[in-house]
Amino acid sequence: MTLSSLFLAAGGPYAAWFAKLHETFIVNDRYKLLIEGFRNTIILTLGALAIGLVIGTIVAVIKYLAEDAPSLRWAAFLCDVYLTVIRGVPMVVQLLIFYYIIFSHAKDGIPVAIVAFGVNSGAYMAELIRSGINAVDSGQMEAGRSLGMNRLQTMRVIILPQAIRYILPAIFNELIALLKETSIAGYVAEIDLTRAGNLIRNNTYDAINTLFLVALVYLTMVIILEQILKKLERRLRKGDKR
Amino acid sequence: MINVKNLQKNFDGVEVLKGINTEIDKGDVICVIGPSGSGKSTFLRCLNMLEKPSGGQIIFEGDDLTDKKIDLDLHRQKMGMVFQQFNLFPHMTVMKNLTVAPMMLKKVPEADAKAKALELLGKVGLADRADAYPNQLSGGQKQRVAIVRALCMEPDVMLFDEPTSALDPEMVGEVLDVMKKLAAAGMTMVVVTHEMGFAREVSNRVLFLEDGVILEEGTPDEIFNHPQNERLQSFLAKVL
Repeated sequence: MTLSSLFLAAGGPYAAWFAKLHETFIVNDRYKLLIEGFRNTIILTLGALAIGLVIGTIVAVIKYLAEDAPSLRWAAFLCDVYLTVIRGVPMVVQLLIFYYIIFSHAKDGIPVAIVAFGVNSGAYMAELIRSGINAVDSGQMEAGRSLGMNRLQTMRVIILPQAIRYILPAIFNELIALLKETSIAGYVAEIDLTRAGNLIRNNTYDAINTLFLVALVYLTMVIILEQILKKLERRLRKGDKR
Repeated sequence: MINVKNLQKNFDGVEVLKGINTEIDKGDVICVIGPSGSGKSTFLRCLNMLEKPSGGQIIFEGDDLTDKKIDLDLHRQKMGMVFQQFNLFPHMTVMKNLTVAPMMLKKVPEADAKAKALELLGKVGLADRADAYPNQLSGGQKQRVAIVRALCMEPDVMLFDEPTSALDPEMVGEVLDVMKKLAAAGMTMVVVTHEMGFAREVSNRVLFLEDGVILEEGTPDEIFNHPQNERLQSFLAKVL
């Protein structure tokens, strides 16, 4: 039985709707576009998350260490410039700049978009990670230093492992925001979930089914992520009683 | 071993230490007493440069710690510190708390570090708690682990910053006992404390700090039985 016949076999009061769905999504294998878009949305989100985490951690640690290491002041200044610029310019504009100016010769747009979203997300993550680091009792840094560890060793072995439990829920929220934010990737001609749905709408004039389906997919992903986050927070709370 | 020369410390213009001079020799057990706000803790924290002095010098084993070019981390390995709030690493087991620094900084093999930690834990009566996390310990147990953590680095001197002030009264004794044993074993110790009994019994020299200067110093007998300074007399009258 083909996918096509499955839809057309439906009878009863929904027969007309199933026929419409068939025409919108099955004819010309248009659903394959949605699958491709869905895949790209996932790739964009996870890629940007990874880059954002790396940038965010580096920026947060530099800014923390610079508080009493004068030699790092210039690096901290650069970090501040980065934070101000990224948070002061709309994401769409940043994406266009990355695509049409910085990487104007790139053949594949997906890596460019990943970098653009990652660099953007890093600015927000830096602040989350920094507040997590600050939430760790200052006696921990002193204890590490008093044993003879340097600041970076203490940060890596003592502070960051403790900061993670404060940071993790916030990072998850950032992940959810990032997932929805990638829906603007279509601005630079990349086929993400949103653009795939919109292309099908354009070809079929079926706005209702295409856009609601796209919305439903995003909503489902967000709900799943939120459930995972809740479980995670419960486990972290249990860890406190350890 | 430690030579303190004209040590000064300002916090945002407030003078906390106004020129402290003293010498700490090998084997000394020195207690620092005085009213709160007198600068006792700041003095102790300057000894291993957790607070950066505003002026003066700390000469430790011949090296000036206030010299900007000195490798502070290397010198701190030889100065153990015990904090009022314990500051154990809550995400590590007791054993990991004890072995992380020796393994990382002195490249002690894991088996040796663990053997040493277990031996010292045994001496403070906590050999059975090696796999516990700090949150599972009582305050007195935490502080004993904190002392062992510092000892695992085999320091030349131990600094104690009000080690019993955050403890319930019934747990003070077990921590003081460990410190007494340590003193009897010949460890050089500088102890900021409100435990006058300990100061009288264990130390060989007592410093009375008030308002950022050493107002009087001497043997426990001189300080507690024949105080000269009027402020020391009134301080002792309140705390004894």
